[in-house]
Amino acid sequence: MSSTKFILGLFDDPDVMMHGIDKLQKNSVPIYDVYTPMPIHGIDDKLGIKPSRLGYAAFMFGCLGGTTIFSLVYYFLVHDWPMNIGGKPAFAVPDFIPVTFEWTVLFTAFGMTITFFFATHLFPGRAPRVMDFRATDDRFVIAIDAKGNIPHEDITNILKEAGAVEIKHNDRKYVSYE
Amino acid sequence: MASHNESIIREPLVTGTDITYAKVTNDVLKPVENMPTKAWWIGFAIASLAACLWVFAVSWTFWYGIGSWGLNKTVGWAWDITGFVWWVGIGHAGTLISAILLLFRQNWRNSINRSAEAMTIFAVICAATYIVAHMGRPWMAVYSLPFPNQYGSLWVNFNSPLIWDVFAISTYFSVSLVFWYTGLLPDMATIRDRATGIRRRIYSVLSFGWTGSVKTWQRFETVSLILAGISTPLVLSVHTIVSMDFATSLEPGWHTTIFPPYFVAGAIFSGFAMVQTLLLVLRKVLGLENYITMFHIESMNKIILVTGSIVGVAYLTEFFIAYYSGGEYEQYTFLNRFVGPYWWAGCMMYGCNVLMTQMMWFKKVRTNIPVSWVLSIVVNIGMWFERFVIIVVSLHRDYIPSSWAMFYPTWIDMSIFIGSIGVFFTLFLLFIRVAPSIAMAEVKLLLKSSSEQAKKKLMDDGHVDESHAEFYKESLTKFDSVELSQYEKA
Repeated sequence: MSSTKFILGLFDDPDVMMHGIDKLQKNSVPIYDVYTPMPIHGIDDKLGIKPSRLGYAAFMFGCLGGTTIFSLVYYFLVHDWPMNIGGKPAFAVPDFIPVTFEWTVLFTAFGMTITFFFATHLFPGRAPRVMDFRATDDRFVIAIDAKGNIPHEDITNILKEAGAVEIKHNDRKYVSYE
Repeated sequence: MASHNESIIREPLVTGTDITYAKVTNDVLKPVENMPTKAWWIGFAIASLAACLWVFAVSWTFWYGIGSWGLNKTVGWAWDITGFVWWVGIGHAGTLISAILLLFRQNWRNSINRSAEAMTIFAVICAATYIVAHMGRPWMAVYSLPFPNQYGSLWVNFNSPLIWDVFAISTYFSVSLVFWYTGLLPDMATIRDRATGIRRRIYSVLSFGWTGSVKTWQRFETVSLILAGISTPLVLSVHTIVSMDFATSLEPGWHTTIFPPYFVAGAIFSGFAMVQTLLLVLRKVLGLENYITMFHIESMNKIILVTGSIVGVAYLTEFFIAYYSGGEYEQYTFLNRFVGPYWWAGCMMYGCNVLMTQMMWFKKVRTNIPVSWVLSIVVNIGMWFERFVIIVVSLHRDYIPSSWAMFYPTWIDMSIFIGSIGVFFTLFLLFIRVAPSIAMAEVKLLLKSSSEQAKKKLMDDGHVDESHAEFYKESLTKFDSVELSQYEKA
C-alpha cells in the first residue's frame, strides 16, 4: 500500500495541460483541482464548475448601497432638518444622485470583494494550501486524489502520455505547511 | 484559450525571443527579491527627504494655521486646491488603464496596469492630504461626515458639491485600493512560493492564502470584470464632481457647463503623462524593456495626444463662449489670462498642454523615449498651471477693483507642494521594492498569443501571408527591444 495522497501532473504549457485534462477524463480519472499561474479559460467548463454567481451578489450590494444612502439623505435633509435654500424644495432629487451613485459603487465593490474572499476562503493570515510551489510560477498542475484512484501507475502513464513534464506522488496533500 | 493565435499584423505586446513563464517571473521579481540598487537608494533618499519636508510643512500649517500660506481675502484658494486637483487628475490614468482598457479588451494594459494603479493610489493619497491640510484644523474633517451632533442634529449639506466630493474621493480611493490589491493577490502568492523564512511568512499573510485553483481564478475574473465595470463610471464621476466644486459657483472662469468633460479629459491627459514619466524610467532601471515596449509607449503617447487635443478644444470652447455670451466679466476673465499680470501662467497652461502635445502627431516624436519623457514632464507642468490659472487667476480679479490682489506663495506653500511629490515618489519607490511592478499573471496570458516569439513562430511555420509578414516586420523597426537582424534572413 503506497503512502501517496495526491498525484500531481505538472505541465509547462496550458494547452498541453488542457489536453491532459481531456485524457484523464476520457479514462474516467476524477480530477481534484487544477492550479495555474494565470487564469486559463475553459478549465471550469471541463471540470463542470458552474459560472460564478458573484455578479448577483454585486448587484444586490449595489442596490443596498444606493438605497441606504438615498434613505439617509432623505432622512437628513427632508425629514429631520429640511433647510430653506432660496425657497427651493428640500427633496432635491438631482442633488442626491452623486452620493447615491458613489455609495452604490462603494457597496458593490466592497460587498462583492468580501463575498469573493469569504467564498474562496481568502483572508490575511490564512495558511496557503499549496500543492506545488511552482503552480504560481510556471507550472500548470493537475491534482488527482490518490485515494480510490488506482492503480497509480496508470494515472502516471496517462499524464506522461499527455505531455506532463513532471509527475509527483506526494505523501502530503499540501507542501506549504512546515 | 491561451493557444489563440493573434493576427500577425498586430504589434507584439511582449518582445524578446526566449521569454518563458519562468522568465517573466524572474524578470519582474528581480527588484523584489534582490537588494536595492544604488539608483534606488539615491532616488529613495531624495524622495524621502522631500517627504520629510512635507511632514514639516504640514505640521507647521497645523500649528500656525492657514495664515502661514500666502492666501489673502481675494485669493482664498490657491496652491492647496491646485495641488489637490492636480493629484486627483494624475490618479485617473491608473483607473483608466485598469478598468476602461479592460472593458475594451486592450491587452496592452496588462503590463502597465499594476504600476499605474499603484500610482493612482499614491496620487489620491497626496490629494487627500491636501484636503485635510487646507482645512487648517484637520480635526474639522469630521464635520464633513454626516454624524449626529449637538447642533440639532444639523446634517452636512448634501446639496453641496464639496460634500459630493468627500464621498467621491473616499469611494474612489477605497475602490481603487480594493481593485489594486485583489489584482495583486496572485502575484503576491508567486513571491510567497519562491521565498523562504520570514519573507514567506510575510507574503503568506499578504497573499491571503491564494492558491490559483480553478474556482479561485474563475471568481477572480468575475470580480475583476465587475470592478472594472463599476470603476469606469466611478472614475468619470470623480473628476466630474471635482469640476462641480468650481462649476456650480458664480465665479467667472469657473461657472461653465463644459467643466465636467473638460476636467475628465484633462485628468486622463495628466495621468497618462505621469504614467509615462514613471514607466519610461522604470522599464530602463528595472530592465523591463521586453514587457513595457515601444508599442506601450506609443499607445500612451497617442492617448496623451487625443486627450490633450480634447483639452485644447475645451479651451477654445471656453474662449468662444466667453465671447459669445456677451458677459463682460466672463470676457474679462479670459482676456486677463493673456494680458493680465498672470499672463505667464496662462502661456504655460496653453503652451504646455496644447501646443507642445501637438508634436505627438509625429511618429518620430511618439517613439523617441527622451523626447516622450520630456513631453510627459511638460504636460505635468502644464496641467499644474491649468489648475493654477483656473483657480488663482479667476479669483485674483474680484468684482470690486479695490479687492484685486496677487497671490504670492510662502515657503510653506512651496514646501507642501514639493513635499507631496516626495511623498508620492517615496511610496512608489517602496512599492516597486515590495510588490511586482508588472502584473505577472496577466503578462503570462499574452505569451502564447501576442508575444514576438509567438508571432515569429507563426511566420517561421509559414502560416502567414507574405505581405502581412512584411507589414509586421516594418512595424517592428520602431521597437528598441527587438533584435531586427533575425528577421532579415527570412
